[in-house]
Amino acid sequence: MTDKIDIQALLEESHINEVLDALDKNLVGLVPVKQRIREIAAYLLITKARLQLGIEAAKPSLHMCFTGNPGTGKTTVALKMAEMLHRLGYIRQNHVVSVTRDDLVGQYIGHTAPKTKEVIKKAMGGVLFIDEAYYLYKPENERDYGQESIEILLQTMENHRDDLVVILAGYQDRMGTFFKSNPGLSSRIAHHIDFPDYNEDELLEITKLMSDAMHYNLDANASKAMQEYIQRRKQQPHFANARSIRNALDRARLRQANRLFNDAIQNKKQATAADLSLITEADIRASRVFTNHNITDNKTG
Amino acid sequence: MMTNPNGIVTQGQFSFLPPLTDTQITAQIKYALSRGWALSVEYTDDPHPRNTYWEMFGAPMFDLKDPAGILMEVNNCRKTFPNHYIRVMAFSSVRGVESPTMSYIVNRPKNEPGFGLVRQETEGRNIRYTIHSYATDKPEGERH
Repeated sequence: MTDKIDIQALLEESHINEVLDALDKNLVGLVPVKQRIREIAAYLLITKARLQLGIEAAKPSLHMCFTGNPGTGKTTVALKMAEMLHRLGYIRQNHVVSVTRDDLVGQYIGHTAPKTKEVIKKAMGGVLFIDEAYYLYKPENERDYGQESIEILLQTMENHRDDLVVILAGYQDRMGTFFKSNPGLSSRIAHHIDFPDYNEDELLEITKLMSDAMHYNLDANASKAMQEYIQRRKQQPHFANARSIRNALDRARLRQANRLFNDAIQNKKQATAADLSLITEADIRASRVFTNHNITDNKTG
Repeated sequence: MMTNPNGIVTQGQFSFLPPLTDTQITAQIKYALSRGWALSVEYTDDPHPRNTYWEMFGAPMFDLKDPAGILMEVNNCRKTFPNHYIRVMAFSSVRGVESPTMSYIVNRPKNEPGFGLVRQETEGRNIRYTIHSYATDKPEGERH
């Protein structure tokens, strides 16, 4: 055992800077989230150094809770977090098992425990990501099997701390009530990260990133239309941040394909590679968000 | 048993070695997982060598990435059946193989009474030999 440790070397050998840089580059906005992740990374690196020097005896608790509205990047960040934990040597496998209530809770008495245990066994060595975790607890039904699942989870989070990292995700207010009714769970979670909503500029930037990734271009007018689309869509119910943008782009691609198809059939027009990857203003303005102002269901587009 | 100085049942892999530690079991599971085999935990209290099909402890575990999950199940089984034989099996689903590829005992009863030789007199002065496990004189669940 030495008394000195080279933190720089530890940092380079774990390559977490690459993960953090990728996080900065690929995720728009989310400044507080990135800040928190950097803090956690620093904390884990120092803890690793302390473990090596023998100052620290036990590995820290790593269970986390991600709160935020839908489409704010919780799953994406969970994947990055798993990669980071893996590189730092806190988990053995770089894998995330993503589950919801259905995967954990059974239909009848005696069904829940084996189901939950099976999921836990699959996630062992990596990260168990429980999306919409508040659904596990249904206070209105005292015979709900979710409670059983929570108890098994708690037990595993405590006894297999070296083998499994649990990340819970969900809406902030609902997670709040969830934790209030399960104080044992709350106290076992070391890191709470809150994901803020994106503002309009960030959503437009996300549009650009997504369309680039899909190899589509939006011309200047289309971008302007998209900006307007975002403004209108945000006012409507069931707005799901980046996910709504993805859906809007998918539908714009559909319309673009339809337009090119009709052009080819009716006007016998040839299409170039640029035509095939161009989304125009018309493709976006055809959305129902622009035509119908009183949409209450989620079939907006 | 003359050929078995330790007086323990020797079936499957590693059975002539001292009992495997949890670290060694983990290493073996890791090897099986690295080959893409599915593992399962089985138990019995009938040590006869022809007793091929043991009781399954839970379903076979497919799609696992890490040995910790299987070791957890081994320990659960040990807790439930501390005085039974428990083995870990690895199964290869590769077409053409489709059979167990590994099998080793990870838990034994404290007392293994062993086998007796049974002689049966038949036609003429012929004698048929067979082995009989002393443990199976008692009903299932009370054998060890």
